[in-house]
Amino acid sequence: MTAEIGQFCMILALIVAASQAIIPQIGASKRDYSLVLFGKYAAIIQLILILIAFLCLMHLYIISDFSVLNVWQNSHSEKPLLYKISGVWGNHEGSLLLWVLILALFGAAVASFSKNLPPTLVGRVISIQAAIGFGFLILLIFLSNPFARISPTPINGSGLNPLLQDPGLAFHPPFLYLGYVGFSIAFSFAIAALIEGKVDAAWARWVRPWTLAAWCFLTIGISLGSWWAYYELGWGGWWFWDPVENASFMPWLIGTALLHSAIVVEKRDTLKSWTILLAILAFSFSLLGTFIVRSGILNSVHSFASDPGRGVFILVFLIITIGGSLALYTWRAPNLKGGGLFSPISREASLVINNLLLMSATATVLLGTLYPLILDAISGEKVSVGPPYYIGTFIPIMTPLVVVMGIAPMISWKRSDLSGVLSRFWICILITIVAGLVTLFLTYKGPILAVLGIILSVWLISGSIADFLERIKLFKVSFNDSFKRIINYPRSAIGGTIAHAGVGILIFGITISSAFELEKIQSVKTGDRVQVGNYIFEFKGTEISRGPNYDAIRGNFDVYKGNDLIIKMQPENRSFINPEMVTTEAAIYPRNLGDLYAVLGEKNPNNTFSTRLYYKPMINCLWLGCLLMALGGFISLSDRKYRIGAPKKRFIEKNRTLGLYN
Amino acid sequence: MKQNLIFIIPIILFSLLSIFLGIGLFLKPKEIPSALIGKTIPLFNLPPVSEKLNGLKDKDLRLGKPVLVNVFASWCGPCRIEHPLFMELSRNPEIIIYAINHKDNPSNAIRWLDLYGNPYKKIGSDLDGRVSIDFGVYGVPETFVIDGKGCVQYKHISVLTKEILDREIVPRLKGKKHVKCKLKQ
Repeated sequence: MTAEIGQFCMILALIVAASQAIIPQIGASKRDYSLVLFGKYAAIIQLILILIAFLCLMHLYIISDFSVLNVWQNSHSEKPLLYKISGVWGNHEGSLLLWVLILALFGAAVASFSKNLPPTLVGRVISIQAAIGFGFLILLIFLSNPFARISPTPINGSGLNPLLQDPGLAFHPPFLYLGYVGFSIAFSFAIAALIEGKVDAAWARWVRPWTLAAWCFLTIGISLGSWWAYYELGWGGWWFWDPVENASFMPWLIGTALLHSAIVVEKRDTLKSWTILLAILAFSFSLLGTFIVRSGILNSVHSFASDPGRGVFILVFLIITIGGSLALYTWRAPNLKGGGLFSPISREASLVINNLLLMSATATVLLGTLYPLILDAISGEKVSVGPPYYIGTFIPIMTPLVVVMGIAPMISWKRSDLSGVLSRFWICILITIVAGLVTLFLTYKGPILAVLGIILSVWLISGSIADFLERIKLFKVSFNDSFKRIINYPRSAIGGTIAHAGVGILIFGITISSAFELEKIQSVKTGDRVQVGNYIFEFKGTEISRGPNYDAIRGNFDVYKGNDLIIKMQPENRSFINPEMVTTEAAIYPRNLGDLYAVLGEKNPNNTFSTRLYYKPMINCLWLGCLLMALGGFISLSDRKYRIGAPKKRFIEKNRTLGLYN
Repeated sequence: MKQNLIFIIPIILFSLLSIFLGIGLFLKPKEIPSALIGKTIPLFNLPPVSEKLNGLKDKDLRLGKPVLVNVFASWCGPCRIEHPLFMELSRNPEIIIYAINHKDNPSNAIRWLDLYGNPYKKIGSDLDGRVSIDFGVYGVPETFVIDGKGCVQYKHISVLTKEILDREIVPRLKGKKHVKCKLKQ
């Protein structure tokens, strides 16, 4: 019965989506607000319907109802409860349902929190949101039905890929989708603005919090995926430039550009058509990512089973959505006249540079991702583009970006003079030069990229701190005044500073962990000692251990520093039964300055085990940096100016006199 | 009007992209003839990826018995897909598989082989990709059949499939469909 209720709710949701797509749009053009109101209610009803469908599917997974094809294919009665639940979105059909659920969630959120928005704009936004939902519901109901039954009912399920049975990965897709789908709001706002022919500061102020929220979720989602790869794949790597990873990275890059260009629209009423384009592109790349993952068009380690029928549908959907919106853009964007002019050295100009570089980075990743496909289409050759390409192209683009990032928050709007800005930064420049020289000296003849990475991260972190100190005028005014400034410091600015510092820390982590990683690969027998840097790993043999749905060979290492035993590490080699698969479970011991990382490999014929031992210095900075970026985003999101539709004049005036909203 | 032309660029780019995506959706791995078939292999001597393993040089390909040469890299996704096939193949003592490790960090290559198994008798580490260029390698993975005299018999671009293996490669390893090399060098 549950499956049929779910199925029925999806069909109802489809009908609601159809009416929600049409009626408020008519209401907006006829200025009939009762029709717009209909759309608001429809958005909430749609959320309820899809939520019921989703809960039905989850229920089917929890009770292990194997008469449902999807549950049978992806679950098993012996699986732990957490993975029964995460199994819901660990497959094509279920994850698509999650996609639609989140889309409906955002649609309902706009409908509910839109008191300050002009009704026509709301009507258009929720109508476009429903149109996207309509397309995906069609795909769900007709081509990927999660509630399809099988007969006869099998006794047990075929299980979930053991690699995916992991807490990190259980929450990776929901966050990723919150990010992907969150960009749909910016997209809908952009299309609505193109139809209305009006983009102004107020528009940017409405779009920015949604974009920011989506960006934060996407940041968390990508980091979770990366963290999972680090400890689960047993490679010690955390980013592989895999097509699916790139598919999530490209919307992130564009989303980052959009966040920054929307500031320019909000404060200076210019760069409008560019911002609109970014809003369209951010979501388009999310859709493109979905297409790449679902159609099986590119080889990837973690793509879902592909189906050309679905691929054709998604491609047609892509062409209608993206092609249609870009056509609308071509038609309407030329009418969006920008206001403010600015000189080459100004905040606006620095944000333009930011945007250009981020877009170049996106183009680079897109080219690398699709090059194998394009080459295949033209000449029939199959190739694989690997990290050498990305490292070679990405670093030269990111370097100037980070340099500009360090000083941009201190450049004033409209017009500024570089020497004035740099003079306030002399201490940062000094620190950076010293840090660069020290690194160069310490790593004499070492990797030159390490020196570059250190310079960039020190520059960015010190720049962020200097920016903060400058704004609160520490030591320039009385301590009391400085304290008042901290209190009144707008959260959006604090958030920005923290996120920028986060990027600096991230770069630091990447640089140190990749340049100074220690790695030992060897076969060991019981009693063998291996030295990795300052640490000694003593192999104490193996034992058999049993998990809820796997058997494992567990290796025992005693790790010494000097003569002190600091930790026992137990990497595992797990053999799952349903489905049959072996996974490595690395043992990771985080210390303040780096992770110890041990992997147990295969048993050799002479009773030794291949093992890989690593010391990964400063790898925790990598996760800390990602966390700070997301945290900065959330702090900025809590700024009161987003909660009230337009900032209260007095508040702004007060802060303007303090020089905080410059 | 001239200014408005800029706004057409996004949709033009997108149209191009969707054409490629459309073609890509219906592509099947294709075989393309290589200009190198019937030519003698270049002279080369590649170091091993680790001290414990053997390097690869051109003489290894002239020992009188047909061999397979697989060009792979640890960073190459498709290589992972075809790898089990080579593992299976390596269980047959009659078949000799060599490899060129293309533009790859040797320690990554070792890790890769550790994880997925090593079907290769000898592996040459081609750090800068020079030997691969001489072999006419477009990208990884690629697989060559070389007869016992150093003459290229067959080349397969992209992921090797069981079908190609049975239809094209195994017969050539048995000396069928032999192409004679023009004398060079």
